Amino acid sequence: MDESNATCGKRLASIGLENTEANRQAYRELLVTTPGLGDYISGAILFEETLYQSTLAGKKFVDCLKEAGIAPGIKVDKGLVPLAGSNDESWCQGLDGLAARSAEYYKQGARFAKWRTVVSIPNGPSRLAVVEAAWGLARYAAISQENGLVPIVEPEILLDGEHNIDRTLAVAEEVWSEVFYQLANNNVMFEGILLKPSMVTPGAECKERVTPEVVAEYTLKMLKRRVPPAVPGIMFLSGGQSEVEATLNLNAMNQSPNPWHVSFSYARALQNTVLKTWGGNPEKVKAAQTALLIRAKANSLAQLGKYSAEGESEEAKKGMFVANYTY
Amino acid sequence: MENVEDNRQALRELLFTAPDCLQYLSGVILFEETLYQQASNGKSFVEVLKEGGVIPGIKVDKGTVDLAGTDEETTTQGLDGLGARCDQYYRMGCRFAKWRAVLKIGENLPSPLAIQENAYGLARYASICQQSGLVPIVEPEILVDGEHDIEKCAAITEVVLAACYKALSDHHVLLEGTLLKPNMVTPGSKAPKVSPEVIAKYTVRTLQRTVPPAVPGIMFLSGGQSEEEATLNLNAMNQLDTKKPWTLSFSFGRALQASTLKIWSGKKANVAAAQANFLARCKANSDATLGKYAGDAKGAGADESLHVANYKY
Repeated sequence: MDESNATCGKRLASIGLENTEANRQAYRELLVTTPGLGDYISGAILFEETLYQSTLAGKKFVDCLKEAGIAPGIKVDKGLVPLAGSNDESWCQGLDGLAARSAEYYKQGARFAKWRTVVSIPNGPSRLAVVEAAWGLARYAAISQENGLVPIVEPEILLDGEHNIDRTLAVAEEVWSEVFYQLANNNVMFEGILLKPSMVTPGAECKERVTPEVVAEYTLKMLKRRVPPAVPGIMFLSGGQSEVEATLNLNAMNQSPNPWHVSFSYARALQNTVLKTWGGNPEKVKAAQTALLIRAKANSLAQLGKYSAEGESEEAKKGMFVANYTY
Repeated sequence: MENVEDNRQALRELLFTAPDCLQYLSGVILFEETLYQQASNGKSFVEVLKEGGVIPGIKVDKGTVDLAGTDEETTTQGLDGLGARCDQYYRMGCRFAKWRAVLKIGENLPSPLAIQENAYGLARYASICQQSGLVPIVEPEILVDGEHDIEKCAAITEVVLAACYKALSDHHVLLEGTLLKPNMVTPGSKAPKVSPEVIAKYTVRTLQRTVPPAVPGIMFLSGGQSEEEATLNLNAMNQLDTKKPWTLSFSFGRALQASTLKIWSGKKANVAAAQANFLARCKANSDATLGKYAGDAKGAGADESLHVANYKY
């Protein structure tokens, strides 16, 4: 739930709400006060504004989360900007003053951090883009650990493109090899990180579609080739998949034991139905919270390999791919 | 004993025909000469091994040479014509290969150059092997020589293995078709000793941090440890209750043969006793891969250190 103010604005706009702090606060209060959420969710990534917000009654959001058994996390990157000398690719900012910010976030109650950089297959990716992505993540991870925050390492390989799943696999292997190499060079402790990869799927515009079992097979193959067992957990991003797709794919990956925990860190794929159910209406808060629990529980079952798609709504099956997604 | 071909042949025959031994070995790495030799009954050593269910492998590197501009560090030669040689070895019956890179710990050692150069050589070798159908054993040995403690060995081993797996990735080597032959993580040869449980803990932690689960097997080198030490350490690793998605096993040279050699001493009359001793060590290590070694294979010489400073072979 770490959408920047601009991106949160898009979410609110989709249900006809203005992008004001009050509306952002109301929406996040709906999420963090959902009763029983802690049964299915172990951590919540917050945007900086949210880390310092409270419920209307005055209770700090971080306290709501902690009491629910949910660890508060903080998005620390400062977004993507164009990478000069590349093939129209991006790099992720945020290292300036990161140590001091991390220390402040820790004081406020955050215990983990997140940094999202991206790599684009239609644009290459160029070697420069891959190395820059890996180095930025490695420096961020080292600084986070120095300040007591567990870094979630997120090099998102964008879904955009017509490439097939084999091409995604090759790029993912290259990116993760570079990431782990740079993490090691920066003396990051692997027992104290989490990964947030994209699943290995065909590009959004690829004509050859595949089943969740094939996504699972390719994704696990990639992880086994690149992720040392010291890494305790891998929490996938949903990247534009529909809520049900994201859950089915996660479930397929948990049909046999893995050397790392394989789970979810979904934003759109947890919130889509929630937002539509709420629509900004205080009378609909409880129904929206119920919708959130349905998705959270579904994914909780999926990370045990025990999910079934029977009874899922049509809304939950709608794809959420947005070309060239920025948030 | 004199280092002549007949004696070398006799030693290998002693080992390969030792009754009941081959069941404990899944593969044997041969030197090129051995690949073309026969047992005294005329059967090729390759046949003897295959009949015993053992896969023949081949050492393909051409030894180490000095790296100019370093503090006596080395690189491993052998890439020239390697593809053609591998094809030939495959035709002779080999199905895996081995290449030993060597690094050492010291003041500012190993240097980044030595690490990069040796990792690169291993990756090129591995890639060429796979083109010829041979499974490459990747061996980045960090010598035990030195006064450093186990923490230092762990830190260096992590750096070296990270560089190796980066190079293997860059060269598109299929990890599922490789084996790793690393040193165990131990104190240096001149530092105080620690227990097998400590060695096991540090070694497995180092591997957890560096070796992707796609690698099916890790077969340790013994690197100068005594026969018994090497077996006890391997056993302790397999008893650890922690994440170990790869097989942890042995690829011992000295630590399988040393006491057997002593007992044999080149005399026909000693062959049976030597072979019985060899069987005991093979079985002990086999048990150790299951964490079931009871410590009862000690014969004379099993506790002797086999460390030779700056070991070349």
